[in-house]
Amino acid sequence: MVTINSKTLDHHGLSREEYQKILEILGREPSPTEIGIFSVMWSEHCSYKSSRIHLRTLPTTGARVVQGPGENAGAVDVGDGLVAVFKIESHNHPSFIEPYQGAATGVGGIIRDIFTMGARPIALLNSLRFGSLNDVKTRGILEGVVAGIGGYGNSIGIPTVGGEILFEDTYKGNPLVNVFCLGLAQADKLVMGEASGVGNPVYYVGAKTGRDGIHGATMASAEFDEQSAEKRPAVQVGDPFMEKLLLEACLELMQTNALVGIQDMGAAGLTCSTSEMGSRGGVGIDIDVTRVPQRESGMTPYEIMLSESQERMLMVVRRGREAEVERIFKKWDLHAVSIGVVTDDGQLRVREGDSVVAEIPNGELADEAPLYNRPTEIPGYLEQVRRLDLEALPVLPAAESALLKLLGSLAVTSKHWVYRQYDHMVRTNTIAPAGMGAGVVRLKGTDRALAISVDGNGRHCYLDPHLGAMLAVAEAARNVACAGALPIAATNCLNFGNPERPEIMWQFARAVEGIGEACRALEVPITGGNVSFYNETDGQAIYPTPVLGVVGVIENASRVLSRVFPSSQSAILLLGGGPGVLGGSEYLKTVCGQVAGSLAALSLDSERRLQQLLVELASAGLIQSAHDCSDGGLAVALAECCFDSGGVGADLMMPDDASGGRTDVAEASILFGEAPSRVLVSIAESDFGIVRKKVEIAGVPIAAQGQTGGDRITISLAGRQVLDLPVADAEAAWRQGMERFFVNRAA
Amino acid sequence: MKFAIVVFPGSNCDHDAYYAAKHVLGVDAEFVWHKELGLQGADVVILPGGFSYGDYLRTGSIARFSPVMASVLAFAEAGGPVLGICNGFQILLETGLLPGGMLYNRSVKFQCEQVYVRVEELDTSFTCTATLGQVLRIPIAHGEGNYFAPPDELDLLEANRQVVFRYCDVEGAVVDSANPNGSARGIAGLCNKQRNVVALMPHPERACESAMGSADGLVVFESAIAQLKSDGMVLPG
Repeated sequence: MVTINSKTLDHHGLSREEYQKILEILGREPSPTEIGIFSVMWSEHCSYKSSRIHLRTLPTTGARVVQGPGENAGAVDVGDGLVAVFKIESHNHPSFIEPYQGAATGVGGIIRDIFTMGARPIALLNSLRFGSLNDVKTRGILEGVVAGIGGYGNSIGIPTVGGEILFEDTYKGNPLVNVFCLGLAQADKLVMGEASGVGNPVYYVGAKTGRDGIHGATMASAEFDEQSAEKRPAVQVGDPFMEKLLLEACLELMQTNALVGIQDMGAAGLTCSTSEMGSRGGVGIDIDVTRVPQRESGMTPYEIMLSESQERMLMVVRRGREAEVERIFKKWDLHAVSIGVVTDDGQLRVREGDSVVAEIPNGELADEAPLYNRPTEIPGYLEQVRRLDLEALPVLPAAESALLKLLGSLAVTSKHWVYRQYDHMVRTNTIAPAGMGAGVVRLKGTDRALAISVDGNGRHCYLDPHLGAMLAVAEAARNVACAGALPIAATNCLNFGNPERPEIMWQFARAVEGIGEACRALEVPITGGNVSFYNETDGQAIYPTPVLGVVGVIENASRVLSRVFPSSQSAILLLGGGPGVLGGSEYLKTVCGQVAGSLAALSLDSERRLQQLLVELASAGLIQSAHDCSDGGLAVALAECCFDSGGVGADLMMPDDASGGRTDVAEASILFGEAPSRVLVSIAESDFGIVRKKVEIAGVPIAAQGQTGGDRITISLAGRQVLDLPVADAEAAWRQGMERFFVNRAA
Repeated sequence: MKFAIVVFPGSNCDHDAYYAAKHVLGVDAEFVWHKELGLQGADVVILPGGFSYGDYLRTGSIARFSPVMASVLAFAEAGGPVLGICNGFQILLETGLLPGGMLYNRSVKFQCEQVYVRVEELDTSFTCTATLGQVLRIPIAHGEGNYFAPPDELDLLEANRQVVFRYCDVEGAVVDSANPNGSARGIAGLCNKQRNVVALMPHPERACESAMGSADGLVVFESAIAQLKSDGMVLPG
């Protein structure tokens, strides 16, 4: 018998207190296999031990919510008896260590979470963060991540319909790869990851188990240091072809009622799927690891239980229906193997042939992981970075050259290089072309479409985690509303540093509060998500980066809007919002080289009214295009509305808001300052009267007016022109894209 | 009139071809599982896009040995219209029904985007209602669509008028800048000598409704329907 020493505990990332709790649960010393099982189930990645008390404060219910957090994914009612099943997840740590496979298996994992619920996946999105592309290693990581996302999604045949990608030095050692998947199911055919029915067989299906990914969940619960490259064996390898077979076979099986419950073997593999399914159903699960299909010889029970080999599922099947189940998997050339049985004693019992190698109560293992209310402390950097003396800025460049610089910056430039590598059209539902804003997929057989946006801004959250997180919720919902969709629900992926540091925990707690406030006000409950801590390298944490995915419904799919001005004879309105501010803006970073200042405040009430107005106008067919003012402020947003239009220009007139101080600073604030709740829309001139009336009733201000037409982008303040640039020049700067950073630029 | 859409393990544009046939064009459509030995009395056979067997060995190389392929070859031999789209094209190259092979795109990346192709031949089963030189806006989505064949083989293809589609610009000019993947002589699609087997890398099934950005792909399917109708439904085989 191996005795447990402190070296064993450290190796497993278990604290002395946690070990004490294990002793209490078992009433004896754990076996090596049991220590392994506890270590992965109680890792931060699987147990949410540092985040759970905060996550509990989030709003998770609503009229449309069919399934909230706690299952493989959330589900919301989208009408006609259909539910949208969706979730976002991170695969940050593996993607740094092995970019292609790390990103690919992230996509594979989130897809499995969706189809295990009985939903056919119909859309993928992603939110990515990298360091500067001037760094050769970062370029390699980016190429690997994009190729990995494409390699998996393209092959399995689920379109990648949208996403966002941002670059900040803070992500150099910790790139972020957050992947979102949405599927569609019949409301009455949802399948849960719950075991029940004593005596029902437990089946294993999919790829064979190998030694890959052992301790992957533990790796995702630690910081990086110089030795991180040595962790490469903990990254799994993806096989989208195997998953495509699994997907089709599982969906076929779900048409029968032979299935009781199903869960994918993701993080912590067989351990997590058996104990969670048992715990949810309040039953025991008894399995024999010698019956688990194995890819390598001589694997120990410890290795089999902890393997994170990809493309594997655990199922509980109705007794007596085994032949039917096996026949479906055989059709797809898959092996479904019975490895155990559901019991009534609540224990996870793992056998190796005749001997029992682990026996742990499921409930305690899955649900009674330690819970930490970690200390928080305001970070010291905040006071410093919030200070910004605009009067002390050097003389600012002319508006035209600043605009060209912003349009060519990585934050704003066309992301064609990325999305061209993703099949965004397969399944023929994608009714918004790539690069146009929110991803939009129609629901065949109905008049409806869904719009989805994923958004987050780490720089904003670095300056103000609470407001930054609220802004992320507002922006994702606003982008969905700009497509003409009513935002109905959200999922979040919370990327932070080491939670054991009080200032990181403070960022986390403040961000979660902000998300909760904004989701409540905008009526987009959180139905699930993921927390990724320990995004640190050598003690340096990333910007706190909550990413929000918001789903919205468009009742009439033919009324979908894009950002592009469709006509050269339209009126332009800038709806909503207060004046832009330079604090924390892309302008301040790109043009002045500073990350500092305070962000513009968000009025959740104004935001809500603006979004409702957009949906109302869009569904009435009264607006032709809509575009959110985001990175780079009003001038960048106006220019973006002209791109892809075939050269349609725009002239916008604003009242002068004489604020005193330096003229160049005041003008830059108006043109490039950022503020939430501002949307540029174009409307038919003939609809001007009725639109203005509806805008007034909604209580949304019109901050500027203009016309499309000509071939220049012009903005004037109280009759004085402050920006004048040919659309062609602006579009050329924007189209430089990311291609210029890569040698191979053929075709 | 019935379209059969062959489903290989890893096919992923099978549903799109089915939808285009059944719901846009309004003809009967049926999936045919690759292990089946017949084609369920189909009048038109589509080998859809995707990644059959993961395309791990070489694109299309394993699917070519699926049981159903014997029926597809017999159907083609008897003059039945067969359309290979993307992976379907790659599978047809492996069968030897069409010559040449696919290299990786010259960008060495997967590419998904709208392109333009010019219709070069009208007397095939899938272009007979198009007009000569017609420019179609149809998307591509592939990593290995860079068509290659030795020069004498290419000359033979030209001499036999087997080049059915070429990548072109919006005006219809076949220029290198409009060639998305480096294909020899801008070849986007071919037919066999009998002109009943047509294959192309672009996805016409994704361009059948204006909501999808283009309806130019309809002509490919409409041609097959028109040809069958004018043949008085005399079926091969």
